[in-house]
Amino acid sequence: MPESDILQAGTPADSKAVASLYFDTTAPLLDVQELRVDFQTKEGVAHAVNGVSFTLEAGRTLGILGESGCGKSVTAQAIMGILDSPPARVVGGKVLLSGVDLLTLNEDARRQIRANRIGMVFQDALSALNPVFTVGWQLGELFRKHRDFSRKQAKQEAVRLLDLVGIPAAGQRVDDFPHQFSGGMRQRVMIAMALALDPNVIIADEPTTALDVTVQAQIMKLLADLQAERNMGLILITHDIGVVADVADDICVMYAGREVEKADVYAIYDSPAHPYTQALLESIPRVDMKGQQLASIQGLPPNLTSMPSGCAFHPRCRFARERCREDTPPLYTVTPGRLSACHFFQEVLDS
Amino acid sequence: MSEVILAATDVRKYFPITAGVLKRTVGHVQAVDGISLELYQGETLGIVGESGCGKSTLARVLMGLIPATSGSVKLEGEELVGMKPSRLRKIRRDVQIIFQDPYSSLDPRMTVGKIIGEPFEIHAEVAPKGERRRKVQELLEVVGLSPEHINRYPHQFSGGQRQRIGIARALALRPKVIICDEPVSALDISVQAQVVNLLENLQSEFGLSYIFVAHDLSVVRHISDRVGVMYLGKMVELGTEDQIYERPTHPYTQALLSAVPVPDPGLRGHRKQIVLTGELPSAANPPSGCRFRTRCWKAQSVCAESEPALEVRDGGDHPSACHFAEVIDVTHAAY
Amino acid sequence: MSSSSPVTEAPGAIPPETPVRGRGPTSGSIWKDARHQLSRNPVFVVCSLVVLVVVSWALFPQLWTSLGKLECDININRTPPSWFPGKTQPGYDADLDGYVLGTTTLGCDMYSQIIWGARPSIVVAVIVTAMTALVGTTLGLVAGYYGGWVDTVISRITDIFLGLPFLLGAVIFLALLKSQSIWAVILVLVVLGWTQMTRIVRGTALSLRDQDFVEAARAMGATNGRIILRHILPNALAPIIVLCTIYVGSFIAAEATLTFLGVGLKPPEVSWGITIAQGQDFAVAGFPHLLVFPCIVLVVTVLSFILMGDALRDALDPKGR
Ligand SMILES: Nc1ncnc2c1ncn2[C@@H]1O[C@H](COP(=O)(O)OP(=O)(O)O)[C@@H](O)[C@H]1O
Ligand SMILES: Nc1ncnc2c1ncn2[C@@H]1O[C@H](COP(=O)(O)OP(=O)(O)O)[C@@H](O)[C@H]1O
Ligand code: SF4
Ligand SMILES: [Mg+2]
Ligand SMILES: [Mg+2]
Repeated sequence: MPESDILQAGTPADSKAVASLYFDTTAPLLDVQELRVDFQTKEGVAHAVNGVSFTLEAGRTLGILGESGCGKSVTAQAIMGILDSPPARVVGGKVLLSGVDLLTLNEDARRQIRANRIGMVFQDALSALNPVFTVGWQLGELFRKHRDFSRKQAKQEAVRLLDLVGIPAAGQRVDDFPHQFSGGMRQRVMIAMALALDPNVIIADEPTTALDVTVQAQIMKLLADLQAERNMGLILITHDIGVVADVADDICVMYAGREVEKADVYAIYDSPAHPYTQALLESIPRVDMKGQQLASIQGLPPNLTSMPSGCAFHPRCRFARERCREDTPPLYTVTPGRLSACHFFQEVLDS
Repeated sequence: MSEVILAATDVRKYFPITAGVLKRTVGHVQAVDGISLELYQGETLGIVGESGCGKSTLARVLMGLIPATSGSVKLEGEELVGMKPSRLRKIRRDVQIIFQDPYSSLDPRMTVGKIIGEPFEIHAEVAPKGERRRKVQELLEVVGLSPEHINRYPHQFSGGQRQRIGIARALALRPKVIICDEPVSALDISVQAQVVNLLENLQSEFGLSYIFVAHDLSVVRHISDRVGVMYLGKMVELGTEDQIYERPTHPYTQALLSAVPVPDPGLRGHRKQIVLTGELPSAANPPSGCRFRTRCWKAQSVCAESEPALEVRDGGDHPSACHFAEVIDVTHAAY
Repeated sequence: MSSSSPVTEAPGAIPPETPVRGRGPTSGSIWKDARHQLSRNPVFVVCSLVVLVVVSWALFPQLWTSLGKLECDININRTPPSWFPGKTQPGYDADLDGYVLGTTTLGCDMYSQIIWGARPSIVVAVIVTAMTALVGTTLGLVAGYYGGWVDTVISRITDIFLGLPFLLGAVIFLALLKSQSIWAVILVLVVLGWTQMTRIVRGTALSLRDQDFVEAARAMGATNGRIILRHILPNALAPIIVLCTIYVGSFIAAEATLTFLGVGLKPPEVSWGITIAQGQDFAVAGFPHLLVFPCIVLVVTVLSFILMGDALRDALDPKGR
């Protein structure tokens, strides 16, 4: 029998809903299967997430890469259970956290899991933090609510966390309000919030997109260090091909709500197996090379309410032919552990 | 080298900080503080730096959109600072600007035809009335949009397409210089390349000179012939693209470059990483001496005492504002 | 095989793009979109019908009633309609044909008095609104666009006028003016009413001034006048129109209030305020119809304008979609 690891056993705030769940430590840490999310819009149903699957093991970093609107944030929000519904509706799939399907849990249990097991870092820290409370109060709140800490203990914890994420003079800054921090420091506060209750998984949704490169480097280093130290699973969502190349172990490339390629980071940058990945890599200039004319991808991502037939990428694809218009490509196995949703992945690999 | 088309000498722009009901001036934001540069005919001068370092302010001062506090800006030898407004309006034909935000840069109540045609209405001598529509359609074609879209409104276009409309508007008067203020920063990666390519093609087609302001060092390297690096209102290093990216000598440039991620996991751990500590100081109260000294790992007492001038130094082959200028390769892997 | 390679490599080979479909409304301008949205909004449709009817009373009262403005018969005064509860004047035939809403205090047909009364109310409200819009827009645009001391001066003056209590101010002014003609009422309402418009237009102009498209126009060499007229004003038009619609309603109410208080219009003028004022004494004495009918018309009209303004605001606000 797999050993059952009752969530934060004995913590008083754990509700019955969660205490009765059995987390199977031999199952993958996070296993997302065929997740589907629809949005009800004026123009019809938008399939924002269209069958996304991935697994994340402890201590590993999964990079989810894609352009804006491809469904990265919606995927993250669906995993966290913080989608606004309506208009959003999870219409299929499973989100297994150590074997427990989060999508079947009630709201109370999900809240517990959210607080204790999955931490989330948002792009816009200023709007993710409450402007009218000090950061210390907001951090402490987590401990008061979920750990029954006293005010004093909670504040001590807040200072410890701020210190941990590298905020200088944490003891004084704990009483500051979010707007009194710079962008980079605010992002550190967000990370402290996400880490507070020792989660197993951290989901970082574009954590550095709003920051300057030097600050971005600091934040990425912090996230990577903390992850290694605590052996957490990290999902790093970004549109920046460079950032994921630096830190991710595995990459999942999304296009129009679907994953089009999934592979380990070295393979994907070395020889992409999907035309979209390939085109993305060719279309960005690099700081370490003086490039030629950039290869750009013609056209625009599709409208999610009226997706092209067959492969959603076919109108922009240089490998496209008749078959792509008709058959939706399944996720072909390129090599074990490497998937590509392109009928002609071999050709892409060879080119 | 070809001739200088736009030259700035010791340009300063201070914004007053006011306080209280009486709007008393209590200090100044030194947004641009003593910058000199020259833009040559047909070249692209890239300006990089972190947000808030004064890039946009410099761009606006260079085109006379906001008056400089002091210094001189000369367009083909003609002084813009202190020029009569009526003359300035005429001369604006020659310098145009492309903005970062594809949403706020187009008037939402005007059709695309009206937007691109407005320059002809302002400078009626450029195109007679009957020709304007045709000219607008030509411009649409030049930037890769269909001439049939002339009656559409901006909100019917995507970000990249709107940026093209902005480019068409800037091109209308056949300017000599176009100042691009982060023209691709708000665009998606796949669309960004389209716009960068378009800008490059237009440059060779029309012989334009660009000042290309951006915080993305990769894009700036791609498009620029020469690059200036700004920090807190000052130019800290200025050189050719090769000099700045292959042989940077200023510690700030080196830190910036080393922080740019390279889309090649094979380089992981092999590139020099310079992680800056501390926060960007306030432009209202910059550090004495070298403005970078509070975050610089090389700083000595001389850095607090004397301000390093932007000049060619022993350690390098191009101007650098550091007392201890020395080449470090940070972009490539060092095994 | 795909015949064309969509990935452009050759310089200048950027293929023309088609506009995005589905992102944002597909139709034309914001006005067209708004019209489309409004035509499906039942509140707006009902309100605009009411407004149309009331305006047609004001423009062509003869179309609605055959009786003249002052064609009254004091002998049949204060007669409630037969279907309405209330006392009947002794000695009269209660069921007077044609007086569907009964008669007024002076024995006029209530229905035609309401029709005739629309004109002064609407005229006052429309003229006052037009004038406040003119003054408010001009001052607001100038203050918001130029900023600096111009703005300071205009804003301070606005603040002073805003400090005056509207109703009390109007009553005092009118009482002092003595000549209580329709023009006096208009003048007083304009003097007290332009501030709100100025403030709103100023705020809009202030936020538009820093938009990139204004900067782009300046970069092209546009004069300030051109920028204000071609860029700022068209973009500020939506809030101005919304405010005007609401203003018409409020000024109808204001005119009626002043008239009721005895400082507005005076008989022999016919207006809703006058009818209400004349009816008030007898309403409690058993003739509620004297008050009920003109009040209902007044309230419904005012409400219609205000709701119409609200619907317009929603339709013109791009964030609302
Ligand atoms: N609140 C919403 N209402 C309607 N559609 C939405 C909403 N939020 C997201 N979407 C749709 O979901 C798609 C994916 O969005 P998102 O996950 O935020 O993209 P990104 O990859 O940039 O994070 C978008 O293209 C959008 O059409
Ligand atoms: N109109 C203004 N009034 C006051 N301060 C300003 C104004 N415009 C810019 N600044 C200040 O000048 C500095 C430089 O700004 P900016 O030129 O926009 O930087 P960048 O474009 O490099 O991000 C910033 O500190 C900013 O706050
Ligand atoms: S002058 Fe001094 S402080 Fe400034 S960059 Fe050089 S070493 Fe650093
Ligand atoms: Mg997102
Ligand atoms: Mg800027």
